[in-house]
Amino acid sequence: MDNKSLVSIDDYTKEEILEVLARAAEFEKNPNCNLLEGKVVASLFFEPSTRTRLSFETAISRMGGKIVGFTDSSSSSVTKGETLKDTTKMVSNYCDLVVMRHPIEGSARYASEVSDVPVINAGDGANQHPTQTMLDLYSIYKTQGTLENLNIFMVGDLKYGRTVHSLLMAMSHFNPTFHFIAPKELEIPLAYKIFMDNNNINYHEHTEFNDIINDADILYMTRVQRERFADPLEYEKVKNVYILKNDMLENTRENLRILHPLPRVNEIAVDVDANPKAYYFQQALNGVYARQAIIAKALDL
Amino acid sequence: MNAKKELQVSAIENGTVIDHIPAEYLFQVINILGLDTCGNSVTFGNNLGSDKLGKKAIIKVADIFFEDDEINKISLIAPHAKLNIIKNYQVVEKKIVESPDKVVGIAKCMNPKCITNVEEVTTRFKVIEKTPITLKCHYCEKITDHKHIEII
Repeated sequence: MDNKSLVSIDDYTKEEILEVLARAAEFEKNPNCNLLEGKVVASLFFEPSTRTRLSFETAISRMGGKIVGFTDSSSSSVTKGETLKDTTKMVSNYCDLVVMRHPIEGSARYASEVSDVPVINAGDGANQHPTQTMLDLYSIYKTQGTLENLNIFMVGDLKYGRTVHSLLMAMSHFNPTFHFIAPKELEIPLAYKIFMDNNNINYHEHTEFNDIINDADILYMTRVQRERFADPLEYEKVKNVYILKNDMLENTRENLRILHPLPRVNEIAVDVDANPKAYYFQQALNGVYARQAIIAKALDL
Repeated sequence: MNAKKELQVSAIENGTVIDHIPAEYLFQVINILGLDTCGNSVTFGNNLGSDKLGKKAIIKVADIFFEDDEINKISLIAPHAKLNIIKNYQVVEKKIVESPDKVVGIAKCMNPKCITNVEEVTTRFKVIEKTPITLKCHYCEKITDHKHIEII
């Protein structure tokens, strides 16, 4: 059943991405349906992630499905020493679909191989979080009317931010121009620069966060996460470097929209929230529709 | 080997000679090829002088002729290894080791947070670069470069 799983954003072709986005738009028009009637979805959160879990559970509920599972590993048999393999095998006997969040990288791919039903990766450590990428793509598509030929600016932690990396890979199908704004310590990893060079994708790197954003169609802000730094001094040095304030948006494009995977800490000043270009809260809502479309595809519904 | 010199490992009548193995990897090559459990006569020499490698190892296996995909497994640790196929004390064929496209169950993923280092999972890699050999983990999708390749 591995082929129906969504583990990494690379599992979708360009056509499949567009198909799921079109489906998400349908779910947005009519979110309530009974496609999942009589189906049981296991929601296995080996580490807590309230936002992602609620988004999935809302998607499943609106499609009429039932949910079983746990919200962190302390309430599962993991505390008794059960392996991921055994938990997955056992749960996949009970249900029609597994949604899994796990702190270990590669756990989702492995689970998709031992499970008898499709697995949707809701985040495996610092590796992949494809449903976040799909909701980012849906937000871009909805606000710009297209995914083709856009100027995408990414700001903040471009080294460790998995949402940045997955979005970069997914957008590479659509002839984007990327601008990366980050301190040297958090610049986009070499592997992705090689990828962009090999695929003839235009990109520019900046360390200054200033009026270069006036050319942006999408401004993708990220949080600099304390837990990514081995050295706390390094974190203190970079944590307050790139903060978006409302007055920086004055001469930006009319169609610019600001995205952020949330939760934010201080990288977007609160005065930006009232600006019509701020889109991060609607972006989170789009996650429900994107996940409904992903679930429907995984189950061939 | 130079024919004028005395052979450092005695000749075999029929079989395979694996030359130019880095000295420190001799026993790992033996393990990967399953020579530690094979019943044929296996002779080897280690820490022999080599212009290319400084110190090298050589293995001579009687009456075994390896399949390409079998022998290519050792390319991870012995990329410059050369094979001589011996019949009736004569070299009848020379082969070089080639990097495979996939590596299954031989190397360890260098990412400590990878599922293959947490649970009993057979490691799987795609070879994304052949020289120097660079592996991408099928599970955590992280890169293990040639400097960090560890054989299980």
